Amino acid sequence: MSGGHSTYSPKTGIERWFDARMPLPRLIHDSFVSFPVPRNLNYAYTFGGILSLMLGAQILTGIVLAMHYAADTTLAFQSVEKIMRDVNSGWLLRYLHSNGASMFFIAVYIHIMRGLYYGSYKAPRELLWILGCIIYLLMMATGFMGYVLPWGQMSFWGATVITGFFTAIPLVGEWVQQLLLGGFAVDNPTLNRFFALHYLLPFMIAGVVILHIWALHVVGQTNPTGIEIKSKTDTVAFTPYATIKDAFGMVVFLAVFAYFVFYIPNYLGHPDNYIVADSLKTPAHIVPEWYYLPFYAILRAITFNIGPIDSKLGGVLAMFGAIAVLFFVPWLDTSKVRSAVYRPWYKLFFWLFVANAIFLGWLGSRPAEGTYVALAQASTLYYFAFFLVIMPVLGLIETPRRLPNSITEAVLEKNKSGSGHPAGAAASPETKG
Amino acid sequence: MKKILTGLAVFGLVVVGAFGAAIAAEEGHNEAEPTHFPIHKPKQENWSFAGPFGTYDKAQLQRGLKVYKEVCSACHSMELVAFRTLADLGYSEAQVKAFAAEYEVQDGPNADGEMFTRKAIPSDHFPSPFPNHNAAAAANGGAAPPDFSLIAKARGVERGFPTFIFDIFTQYAEAGPDYIHALLTGFDEQPPAGMQIAEGTHYNPYFIAGKSLAMAKPISDDQVTYDDGAPQTVDQYSRDVSAFLMWAAEPHLEARKQTGFRVMAFLLLFGALVYLTKRKVWSGVAH
Ligand code: HEC
Repeated sequence: MSGGHSTYSPKTGIERWFDARMPLPRLIHDSFVSFPVPRNLNYAYTFGGILSLMLGAQILTGIVLAMHYAADTTLAFQSVEKIMRDVNSGWLLRYLHSNGASMFFIAVYIHIMRGLYYGSYKAPRELLWILGCIIYLLMMATGFMGYVLPWGQMSFWGATVITGFFTAIPLVGEWVQQLLLGGFAVDNPTLNRFFALHYLLPFMIAGVVILHIWALHVVGQTNPTGIEIKSKTDTVAFTPYATIKDAFGMVVFLAVFAYFVFYIPNYLGHPDNYIVADSLKTPAHIVPEWYYLPFYAILRAITFNIGPIDSKLGGVLAMFGAIAVLFFVPWLDTSKVRSAVYRPWYKLFFWLFVANAIFLGWLGSRPAEGTYVALAQASTLYYFAFFLVIMPVLGLIETPRRLPNSITEAVLEKNKSGSGHPAGAAASPETKG
Repeated sequence: MKKILTGLAVFGLVVVGAFGAAIAAEEGHNEAEPTHFPIHKPKQENWSFAGPFGTYDKAQLQRGLKVYKEVCSACHSMELVAFRTLADLGYSEAQVKAFAAEYEVQDGPNADGEMFTRKAIPSDHFPSPFPNHNAAAAANGGAAPPDFSLIAKARGVERGFPTFIFDIFTQYAEAGPDYIHALLTGFDEQPPAGMQIAEGTHYNPYFIAGKSLAMAKPISDDQVTYDDGAPQTVDQYSRDVSAFLMWAAEPHLEARKQTGFRVMAFLLLFGALVYLTKRKVWSGVAH
């Protein structure tokens, strides 16, 4: 899979036996031991490994939770509380799973931002990027359906609002909504199909993750300089170098995860979800989970009609557009230079984009009234302008910094002149040691 | 490094500035016709179960249980809590049995197909004061008293920016008990001049969903007799019942925090070892 020829040589009899029949040990060796990675990767590059770990953890805790959960509107809430109160370590499983979802999203957002910063989507990594976008979409669907399962007030009303978006689509909208709901309103059929899909989608994610890693191993990793690997001195072997660095990243990440699970397990949730769903009592503010909030803000920012498109459809289009635009990033960025390290203007706009995305998230948690609407509109405008205007135009007019000739040169230059050098500084704050 | 730091600083300023502007832009409000609730945010109290090493104060939980039993349980159910779990409050098996036996629960049908009532046993849950939701609402002016099993986690007044960020580091997770305490002690405040209070409801500036609620002040000084010398005041009753409700909502809180300490200690130690190994592995490679 590494693109080069295999360096695996079976040592024992059993390895030779396998190698001649189904060379799985060779595949593993070539992918995770001898696979060459750039020597200058920083900790931003450990999030791929962290995400794989989180996917595994979610599937494991999820399967055990499913053994105790009852997907029936009259039982679901109580069955979750039974897990919390009576199942051995049930509280731990559930808090791991609910906070795990949030951690999964934190990791994926950092991973995506890493990609946007270092230009990881540029040729020949377009397909790798698109597979990543598909994973992200599947994650959103999985997280949404998972939040419905405890059958609390936010589960119910969140599901009502989000499935309601689909009715904005002309002609087929109502039909799509009814298909999702299994009826005309969120009810038992909805809960049942969401549970089935919530159990299915993570395995689909795992499948796309395998494709994502496959594509990665064909084209190789990018690195903070954005320069392709040119010689053997540019790389180190995956094991032990990347393995140990990933391991350290994972332990630090797990510490943050554990902090939430054990000390503030309900911080990222909404109190209303501890009230059993009631179709007659609408909560004062219906808010989705935090990881959808930026898109929720974009949805509600469209308060005006645009020609034949009314504001409701406009909002839905803007929201889906905000995700769809990610798929086109490889072609929207016209810059010849990959990494933001050598693109002073792009770097500025990138950090503004991050700040803006966080701000949008906060706006998503506010009621859509007064100044919040105007702010959300301005923020939405920047969100789209970043992809549709800044990316294409900046690539044509920006003068990038001088690029080093190779990864090795960048590394040696940085080590010579200390951490004050721009290339070295931006390449990695944590690589000392 | 310096660049990254300045970058982060600028980035932080932009975020803070934007949030600040948004908050400043929030409209001012009219005293007599408030639009945002609660009118007053709850005060932050000291709880024995707060923080990384927090534990429940068993004497307090026992007092809280007494308040619940003698006052609140006339209206509020607590369906998810089983009598057997009262052992957590420091009661012996015999005490739990005796406590449960003070309640009657419905059981059946028996061999003749009849429903019957019997004395509760430890595996039973607290029985509800009303036969169903509608009966509860009808008896209380249209608003059913909420079940208490999870109330301490089901209420939390928004903390606002930037407090909600600090809350991560201070491990603030007591919004529920703070709210209940504030609500119970807030009935004596008088509504501002000109405010209309709907009939059958009672002004309380700490109520999360409006200016008044269907519950009248449920408890007053000296209503419940404490036999451990704790003050018999509304403030103390409120504190105790709030702590008890936190336990009811999160019975495994102590185990959670204790496990957490072990997990964090392990991760810190293991992390240090992995880091040293990483340094050793990379020591020969400029990167
Ligand atoms: C006479 C019946 C009655 C008694 C006794 C009573 N309550 Fe209530 N309580 C109610 C009703 C009715 C509501 C619903 C109010 C509403 O939604 O307007 C309520 C609501 C509440 C709420 C929820 C407020 C909210 O945010 O929705 C809390 C907390 C509460 N009661 C605490 C207590 C405590 C603690 C006690 C015991 C000290 C108690 N109540 C005793 C009738 C009662």
